Amino acid sequence: MTYVLETRSLCKSFGGIIATDNVSFNLPAGARHALIGPNGAGKTTFVNQLTGVLDPTSGQILFGGEDITNWTVRRRATAGIARTFQINQLFADLTPLESVVLAISEREDAGGQWFKPLGAREDIVVEACELLDTLGIGDVREARVGALPYGKQRLLEIALALAAKPKLLLLDEPAAGVPESEREQILNVVARLPESVALVLIEHDMHLVFRFAKTISVLVNGALFCEGTADEIARDPRVRQVYLGEEDVGHG
Amino acid sequence: MLTILFDGVAYGMLLFVLAIGLCVTLGLMNFINLAHGAFAMAGGYLTIVMMNRYGISFYWGLPAAFVFSAILGAVLERTLYVHLYTKSHLDQVLFSIGLVFMATAVVDYFMGANQQTINLPPALEGRVNFLGASIGVYRIFTIVLCGLLTIGLQFVLAKTRFGSRLRAAVDDGRVARGMGIDVTKIFALTFAVGSGLAGLGGALSTGIISMDPTFPLKYMIYFLIVISVGGTTTITGPFFASLLLGVADVAGKYYAPAVGGFIIYTIMVAVLILRPQGLFTKASR
Amino acid sequence: MSMTQPTKPVNDAGARLLSGARWRWYEVLFWVAAIALFFVFGDFIPGIPTRLMLLSEIISLGLLALSIDLVLGYAGIVTLGQGAFFGLGAYVAGLMAKNGMGAFPLSDPLLGLLAAAAVSGAAGFVTSFLVLRGSDLTRLMVTLGVALILAELANQMRWLTGGADGLQGVMSSPILGIWDFDLWGHTAYVYSLVVLFVCFWLSRRIVHSTFGLSLKAIKGNALRARAIGVPVNARLVAIYTLAAAIAGIAGALLAQTTQSASPDMIAFHRSADALLILVFGGAGYLYGGLIGAVLFRVMQDVIGNITLQYWQFWLGLVLVLLVLFVRGGVIGLMEGWWNRLTRKGDAP
Repeated sequence: MTYVLETRSLCKSFGGIIATDNVSFNLPAGARHALIGPNGAGKTTFVNQLTGVLDPTSGQILFGGEDITNWTVRRRATAGIARTFQINQLFADLTPLESVVLAISEREDAGGQWFKPLGAREDIVVEACELLDTLGIGDVREARVGALPYGKQRLLEIALALAAKPKLLLLDEPAAGVPESEREQILNVVARLPESVALVLIEHDMHLVFRFAKTISVLVNGALFCEGTADEIARDPRVRQVYLGEEDVGHG
Repeated sequence: MLTILFDGVAYGMLLFVLAIGLCVTLGLMNFINLAHGAFAMAGGYLTIVMMNRYGISFYWGLPAAFVFSAILGAVLERTLYVHLYTKSHLDQVLFSIGLVFMATAVVDYFMGANQQTINLPPALEGRVNFLGASIGVYRIFTIVLCGLLTIGLQFVLAKTRFGSRLRAAVDDGRVARGMGIDVTKIFALTFAVGSGLAGLGGALSTGIISMDPTFPLKYMIYFLIVISVGGTTTITGPFFASLLLGVADVAGKYYAPAVGGFIIYTIMVAVLILRPQGLFTKASR
Repeated sequence: MSMTQPTKPVNDAGARLLSGARWRWYEVLFWVAAIALFFVFGDFIPGIPTRLMLLSEIISLGLLALSIDLVLGYAGIVTLGQGAFFGLGAYVAGLMAKNGMGAFPLSDPLLGLLAAAAVSGAAGFVTSFLVLRGSDLTRLMVTLGVALILAELANQMRWLTGGADGLQGVMSSPILGIWDFDLWGHTAYVYSLVVLFVCFWLSRRIVHSTFGLSLKAIKGNALRARAIGVPVNARLVAIYTLAAAIAGIAGALLAQTTQSASPDMIAFHRSADALLILVFGGAGYLYGGLIGAVLFRVMQDVIGNITLQYWQFWLGLVLVLLVLFVRGGVIGLMEGWWNRLTRKGDAP
């Protein structure tokens, strides 16, 4: 069968340090997968290679069966790989509406439109508003992004990723740093993401992982430590050992 | 031929002393101080005033220029520059250009727009024969003095506690802060010393190139070339860059006066494109 | 549930996005005032001297600052070398007018403008690839370096440019063969104002489009812009090229209205002045460069008449104070006052 995403013997080293060690990883369509591992296991480095921010030292990345190892960030984005960032990467001086309108316009290949005024494409504006409404941030769509509370900014992160109508969504610690009061809203959003999107959750928080993920990969020292269903991983004594004393650390 | 090489080396070493303060402060705080030349000008004019108005010896002028510019640098750093570290690079550029304009106007007002020179002490005048080439004594003096300063700087950086802290701070300010190094204090001190060195360089320049109020603007571009070619992570990088620039500039003006400036700017742009982190730096991670 | 709060109707949002591009009353006022200046300073009222040549020069300077606004205020590229394209445009237009001997094809001002825009735009396109990578500092030095190289070229190619003396004997033919440049600057001012307006209108369309929004996004966060599929490099190349072409037009205007082109038009201080004018007026509004240019030249006239040194001192002081205390230049200041007056703005 073909997978949404495959990596074949992916390796990445920085100087002498091996950050990704021979990772071969398969993700079926519609997956609800979690990528976990202790601090410094190379989770974010792995994601950065999937999205094209970093070039792997060796190995291959396939998306929908196509070799995308040498594609640019933008080309992968337009092909349907979207991500959220562990640390908010937003346009502080724009509004949520403007941000999402731009993201949708780029998807529709209308981002280079230089003569028609912004908002002339009604379908794009309608879609943007609907998306912001589903994520529960429609009420602040015309506020300045930089002035939004942190939880709403996290939701906008997800909105920007979804605007591309991705086939694969990489969520890098979506609830990291969010105060308890705003947390539930984000978890609800993640739970209700459409089935058509294959989801990879990069997380540290085990409660979150077991709540959403059907399958789990554990990354340790850059290498795949073990893989399995959520139940298998939860029962696996080796995983418990890796996480011994780690579970309380929180973020990383 | 040898004369030109010698003149070029002297000029290059002078450039190094003038520019090194800027290189270090840029590497340390990522702060673009285009007004660095103003501190050199302050030192240069102080020496001129001391010598021409009060008849004080040139040898006193040099340390006085260092101290004067260092104090000036320290005061401005604490009162003005300190507000700019968190601002955008554009703000830093505009601010320091503003300072250059003001410094130029002030010097122009008090000293006049014409070029000012000094009469060197007799011991530093004249030329000597060296391997068949006639070389100015003052050039030798400059090379020796700047060479000693360079060795001194290298020693301070490599062997002292302050030096290792400074290197740590340049390498990664955040980590250094985490280790309990007071980066702000190190920066203030470095800024003062860098300004002082610029002042000393300015004083030395009065014997080679004359001083006029446009000095900071004219030499800004030379400093920028030194930085772009030499990088900001070491002092050996700027040192070799300065020597190269000094020799290239002197030789260029001598052999090909028509295209001299042209070549230097082209080299700068080429280096910036091919190796944005500088020619004489280790390859980036 | 907290998920779906009631929100304002959707068509409302679209309308508000669209309204960003609508002309405001104060904009109309600005252009009416620019037209009114023609009658006030055009030797029609006894007792008021003709100042149209000065005003034409201000327009050229303002247009240069506008071109920097596109690159800096919207796309966030710090440049110290816009003067290169300005000077290039001035020399192209000057050379065409000179070699055309004041006769139709070559000396025609509009053709000169187009040629200047094309040459400067081409130079902008080529050099734009140099500013794509790197930090603010590298961009600053690269743009400065390119400008210095061009200035040096203009200085050295004496056979073509007249060297340090500049081009002598630039004669423009009448515009479209009808309107000749007169001594009082009537034609020059109207011509400059029309060209300014056309360039401004075009720039305004662009910054209020999706393309313009993507520039702001790149300025805000290039990493994220790439991740949502914005072709960052292509957009930067496009805007840098366009800005260079507009700077070329500004230079051509100055060469045609003053009937000369000199190394002074391409020198470093031209770039620095224009940058300063923009920041003084306020970057990111399009009007900042225009208002800045007016204030700059008026200040220069008032203070510079006392002594030249004073002028530079005050200029430096204004810059320092501006950076330390004022955000957004004159327009930013007025916006702040206006918001406080109408109590619309978010309280600090």
